[in-house]
Order: sequence, then C-alpha cells, then structure tokens
Amino acid sequence: MTNRWSRILRTPVGIVGVGLLTLVVLLAIFAPMLWGDKAGAVDTENLLAGPSAKHWFGTDNLGRDLFFRVLVATRLSLTLTLVATVLGTLIGLVLGTAPLLLGGRLGRLVTAFVNVFVAFPGLLLVLVFAVIFGVGARGAVLAIGLAVAPGLARLCQTLVAGVAGLEYVAAARVAGVNRFRVMARHVLPNVAEPLVVNVTITAGAILLSFAGLSFLGLGVQAPDYDWGRLMQDGLSGIYVHPLAALAPGIMVVIAGLAFNLTGEAIAGVFGISATTGLGKALHVPTGETPAADLPHDHAVEGDLVLDVRDLSVSFPGVHGPVRPVRGVSFGVGVGEAVGVVGESGSGKSLTALSIAQLVEEPGRVDARHLRFCGTDLLEAPTGGQSHDKLLGTSLAVVFQDPMTSFNPTMRIGTQLAEVGRHHQGLDRRSAFARAVDRLRAVRVRDPERRARQYPFEFSGGMRQRAMIGMGLMGSPRLIIADEPTTALDVTVQSQVLELLQDVRREQGAALLLISHDVSVVADVCDRVLVMYAGRIVEDVSTADLRTRARHPYTRALVAAVPDMTTDIDAPLATIPGHPVDPAEVPVGCAYAARCPLATDRCRREDPVLLSGPDGGRVACWHAGESIEAVTCEEATA
Amino acid sequence: MSELTFDHVTVRYGASTVLDEVSLTVPDGEIVGLVGESGSGKSTLAKAVVGLAPVHGGQILLDGAPILQRGRMRGRHRPVSMVFQDPFSSLDPRMTVGESIAEALYRPRTERLSRAGRRAEITRLLELVHLDGGRAAQLPGQLSGGQRQRVALARALAGRPRLVIADEITSALDVSVQGAVLNLVREMQRELGLSMLFISHNLAVVRYVASQVAVLEGGRIVEHGPTVDVLGRPQHDYTRQLLAAIPGGRPTQTTKETRA
Repeated sequence: MTNRWSRILRTPVGIVGVGLLTLVVLLAIFAPMLWGDKAGAVDTENLLAGPSAKHWFGTDNLGRDLFFRVLVATRLSLTLTLVATVLGTLIGLVLGTAPLLLGGRLGRLVTAFVNVFVAFPGLLLVLVFAVIFGVGARGAVLAIGLAVAPGLARLCQTLVAGVAGLEYVAAARVAGVNRFRVMARHVLPNVAEPLVVNVTITAGAILLSFAGLSFLGLGVQAPDYDWGRLMQDGLSGIYVHPLAALAPGIMVVIAGLAFNLTGEAIAGVFGISATTGLGKALHVPTGETPAADLPHDHAVEGDLVLDVRDLSVSFPGVHGPVRPVRGVSFGVGVGEAVGVVGESGSGKSLTALSIAQLVEEPGRVDARHLRFCGTDLLEAPTGGQSHDKLLGTSLAVVFQDPMTSFNPTMRIGTQLAEVGRHHQGLDRRSAFARAVDRLRAVRVRDPERRARQYPFEFSGGMRQRAMIGMGLMGSPRLIIADEPTTALDVTVQSQVLELLQDVRREQGAALLLISHDVSVVADVCDRVLVMYAGRIVEDVSTADLRTRARHPYTRALVAAVPDMTTDIDAPLATIPGHPVDPAEVPVGCAYAARCPLATDRCRREDPVLLSGPDGGRVACWHAGESIEAVTCEEATA
Repeated sequence: MSELTFDHVTVRYGASTVLDEVSLTVPDGEIVGLVGESGSGKSTLAKAVVGLAPVHGGQILLDGAPILQRGRMRGRHRPVSMVFQDPFSSLDPRMTVGESIAEALYRPRTERLSRAGRRAEITRLLELVHLDGGRAAQLPGQLSGGQRQRVALARALAGRPRLVIADEITSALDVSVQGAVLNLVREMQRELGLSMLFISHNLAVVRYVASQVAVLEGGRIVEHGPTVDVLGRPQHDYTRQLLAAIPGGRPTQTTKETRA
C-alpha cells in the first residue's frame, strides 16, 4: 500500500497536484503569521490604487495591500473548505454505512432519505441551507457541508453494499463478529481508496462553492475575508484595476487545481492494477520452443481444419513480458474432437482465444503459422479484407459464462440474426428466419417465441444452446468451446455436451473443447492435449487417457479426480506443490518441482514433445516410467 | 460435536418458496452430503443455519435447542461455522491469515487469551490444516486457491464449532488441489469427530466424503439415506437423472488398476 501512495509522486499529475497542495497549505499556515499585519495595515495615501512597486496588486478602499490580503486569505478559505469537507464526509459516512449497520426497515428508510436528497441540485441545497443557517461563515460551512453529504452518502452506500456482499464479510458475521466491528475492520478499509479520491475531488468543488457564496455575499462577512469576499470587493473596480478581482480568482483556481489534480493522481494510481501497470513497450521474445521443429501429428496438411505451429501468447508484465503460452503446436483434423485439459493458468483458454483472434491488447500472439481452413490467420489477408468473414462463418465459439456472452438489451433472435446479416448478407427477415431455424437445430423448444425473448429469460443451459446456435448461423468447420459447461448443472451439462456431439455429427464440424474436467473431455473427445505451464506436455487418445497416459502430470491429473468408482477408503491422489507462475517459468521441465520422477536432467533440460510409437506425443524425460513406488510411499507417509 | 436437525424448515424470498418444509438430521460426528442442482435451495439451507437467510417456518435445532434464538446468534461464540465456495472472496484481502483466524477464535466470556496464547492457537490451527505456522503473517494474496481454502477451514475450526457447514468448498478449486482439500475434510472428520453438512453439486465428491446423502430438488428433499444406498440404488427418478448425467459415469474400464 505504501509504495502505491509513493507512486502518486511519480506521475506528472501527482507531482503538480501534491506540489500545489503543499504550497497552498504552507501559505495557509504561515501567511497570516508573516504578513497578517501588512494585510491589515491601512495606507490612506493609496486608496483603491492600481498595481505599483509598493503595492503589487494595488489596494482596496481602505488602502490595504491586496497582494498580502490574497495570501493571508488562504487560511480562512482553506479552513472553511476543510471544515465543510470533514462535515460533509462525516455525515456522508454515517448515512452511507447506516443501512448496513441498522439493517432491515430502518436501513431502507435511510437509503430512501438519501435518495431523495441526491435528487436536489447541490446549489439549491446550499442556498436553502444558507438561508436557514443565516448569512456568515458558520452558515456557509453548514450549508455546503450538508449539501455535499447526500452525494457522498450515496457513493458510500454503493461501495459498502458492494463489499458487504462478499463472502469474507459473511464469514466474519458467521464467526460472531458484530456489525460495527465488521464495518470497521472489513468494510471501511476496503472502500477507503475510492472514498479518499472522491473526497479530495469534492474538496475542490467545496472550495469553489465557498468562493461563490462569499462572492454572492452569503458567505464570509467583513471584517473577515476569504478569496470570494476579496473578489466581490474587487469587482466594483474590475475595469480600472482588474487584478484586484482576478488575483483572488487565480488563487481559487490554483487551490482548486491542487485538490483536483491530487485526487486525479490518487484515482489513477489506485485504478491501475499491479500486473498491468506501467506497461513498457512490449518486445516479444521469440524464445526457444523445442516443439517447433517436430513432425506434425498429422502428415497430410489438407486434412487439417486447424494447424497451429509454435503458438505463443505474451503480455507485458512489470518485469518484462510474460508468456502464458510458450510454443504450442497441434492440428485438428476434419470432424475431429480434440480436448484441452490443464489447471488454471496452464494457458489452455489463451490458446483457444488466440485461435479465434480474441486475444486483446496488450496481449500478443505469435506463431510460425496459425492455419484455419488453409488460411494463415496471422498473415495479412489478400485483397485487403480481414479474416472476419472466414472466422464469422466457419468458426463457432462457445464461452464459459452464458450470463455474459449475450447482450442483455437485445433479443436472442436479433443477436443471432446479426451474424447472418453481417457475414452472409441476408436481409432482416430471412436472417431472423434462419435464427429461428438455428434455435430449432439446437433443440430449443418453441423457437419462434424464444427468439423474441431477451437473454435474461433464458436459463444458463438454454443460453449455451443459443450460443451454439449462433455458431451454427454459418456452417462452422470448427467449434471452439471454452469450458462450455463449467457454469452449468450436471444434468444440463450432459445435455449441452450431447448437443455439441450432435452438431458435430450433423455439420461435420471439428471441436476443440477446453475443460479443467478430465472426465468431460474423455466423454466427448477423440484426443486430449494436456497442457502445463503454457506447453502441451502430452497428446494422447482418450481411449488411452486413463490407462496408458505416459506423462506423470497426466497420470496425476487423472488420479486426482474422484469418480463414482474411486476407492473411498484410500486418500485421494494429490499433486504436491503449486502450478507454475507464467512470470517465473523455471529452467528445465516446468513440472519437475512437483514430479515424483524428476531427476537432475529434468531440472536442467526442457523436454521436447516427441511422437511415440502409438501415435501420441509426450514431453517428458521419464515418459511411461512407473510411479507406483513413489505414490505408495506418499500414501503411507 | 453435535447433532443438527432441520425440522420442517421453510424459507421464502418474497413470493417464491426456496425451501419447502425441509427436514433433515446431521448426526453427531458424521458428514452428510447435500446434493442438488443450482436453484434447488442447497445454499439457502446452509445460510438458514447461520442466520443469513430468513426462516419462515419450522425450526433448526442444535442438540435439541433452537439455533436461531436471538441471544445465541448474537453472542461471541457461535456453535456453527461455515466454509464458503470461493476462497478468493472469503478472506479479507487486507487482513493477514493470522488476523482472519484470530477474529473467529473461541473466546470464553470468563478468560481472555493472552497474545502468546492466541499466537500458539493460530499456529496449531494452521498446522491442523497442514499449513506452516509462519503463514499467519501472510496476506491472502500471497496464497494459492487451495491454501486459502485451508485457511478458511482453519478459521471455521477456530471458533471450536459443534458443526461445520461446507458450501461447495471445492468447486472453485483446480482438480489437483481439490483432492488435497477433500483428504483434509475426511481427516478432520476422523480426528476431531467433526459433524458436517457438506454441500456440493459433484456427486463423486460427495460420495467420497459423506456417509449420508440427501438429494434436494426444488426446495424439497426427495431422497435421503446412507451414501452407498442413495448413490448405489437410487429410488427417486431425480437421483437417477443426476447419476446418469455424470460425465464419465458410464462405467467403462475405469477400475482400480487405473489409479495404481
């Protein structure tokens, strides 16, 4: 946290903001001490004089020096601003946290109260309160403090509600921590940053409001003076001595900027996450990828829908680029179903996204080639067109989260029809008819009615069907499904998987199914690619997956998942250690640290993905060696 | 540890009835698995026990006494603790592991734990879940998902609960970590005699840890009994449906030699 705050001082905005703020605060403290007498000294020889060597900004109607008066006024202006800010923030915090602390009906009442007051324009509130509390500094402070409170209260309520819904707050409540402690220990610290930013910026607005009120004569009254008051005094002679009115105005601008820029700098620093922040220009290392020169698993290239060679994906990181995918080569044959399994962070989803050209900036995709239906997607297309049309008609993508993959404000049918209109040049009516037909193809009952419904009217499973239906608007050669059933219930999951199978059969499309669940992949696919730390470590047919996998990681992965035949008296097999952080890939085999078979060679040399006698590929120096002895030892330990 | 009884518990949110007269017993020292699809009311049942869901009918008893009496739930010592699904949101990112556990520590009214005593207790709890005592000073951000879930389990045990509710505790974890957490759950049950309500949508996971299984559908319990019977010889159609839907469930050559 501390280094974040110090990062504020490393941004140009932060330097200017904090610098100005320091200057203004120093003036507020020292100006009245140093120049208080001079600012009050009456010089009867120079009444309402213009700027001169003696009086830089001129004098007022009593001959008092305006330069010093502007400086000395800093203290009152700043004090009033701060008092009003504190007042507003306190009321805002109390009102903002009340719904959670009070709960139930009383809490809702507070929320409603705040909502009503947020609806009034701030200036109106200020004027009303100024009249109620009377003209003068105290009235102005109360008026402005109360006027900013509803806005802050609303912000606070929203932030608090966001954190209060998280499980650690529920956990604390279950553990018997009372509401006030929950608020103080769990909620407030986690909403502090956005609040601080907002309060700082609000302070700038309050400063301006004070200047406004005093200028209107509703704020500070003589003989006290703040910048607003000085502006009003100088206004009468603005055509003769413009500086008399402008100088305090300039100070208001400077102080206002100080608050706003500081707030802006804080917001900027806290808005940037540590991993993506301060991104430098990205130099993508081509890096050595031993898999690159391998004979491909499919000899005949014409049979391949998808042919990926030496694919890597990199992102800029704090300490240089990070490569979550490091040289992946594989092919998918016509109509073939290939599964990709691996733990989170293994690079399986990024591999899928890069094929669909969906990796976003600043991510970068490199490959020797990335051929889809014979077209290299990484080369600029001929004829100046993009690959969109090819991808739009021949590639279908199904994502994990069916809640977010549709636009919630558009009807399902319209969203499907859009594909037809955009890529196939259909008119509105026939595109919609095709959408209805495609919904029927993915076994959505009553497709005419369903097509006119919105995404929220669809269940998760139905949405996944519609998503597959969208892919079928064209005639897909390949369907990429990234964890399509992870968010679904088992019964729905089996329906969706069955549908994918049917679609494959009917359309002759190939399938690339990404999943963390070995059994899902084993059910649907012909072949499985096992990924670890951005590499394919084994390429094995599903028939062999459970019994004849040769990489120790594959075997551990299969053994770690309990199924309905697992021996319930023995402890489950586990994989010790942690998955590899893509930012810190070790030398040698990435799995060595967790592998029971690892030897010095594994820790030194990176194994190459080599074809085996039975057609599979494996990247391991000890492929196929028995690990029985080791696991037995572990089980008894 | 002790016995938890749901006696015709009904929970409504507005007009919709989420739990409809659910009766279920978690016997002393046993793990009862609760399975069902999303929307069946599994999590609501868990929340009702710890007072996070409004109970409109029936009562929840712990060793025969109503659990939801105001005074009892407000007090410092809560007899039931809970482990949540998502280890990434169930620990306060700004509190160290030790602080999070300390917050839930069992504190009898009469005696106050000394600072050293508290530290020793936190170390003991961390070691119980196979984490190094030195982890107490770390922030959740420095831990992996599986480690966080272990911390959550240690925190749940810190209050010396008579019953632990585990709500989908492995579904956000990688398979390689899931096994370790499940082993830990079984170990806790054996060594501490923990009673537990283990909620999961994964039948294979429930089969592995629970001695009894209850199947929830649309807010009603449709089948309940020993795990072997319910999953081996399901009586209710819905249970059969669930079993049939398990991927890889079609019995193939997956036998013991696989996992040698």
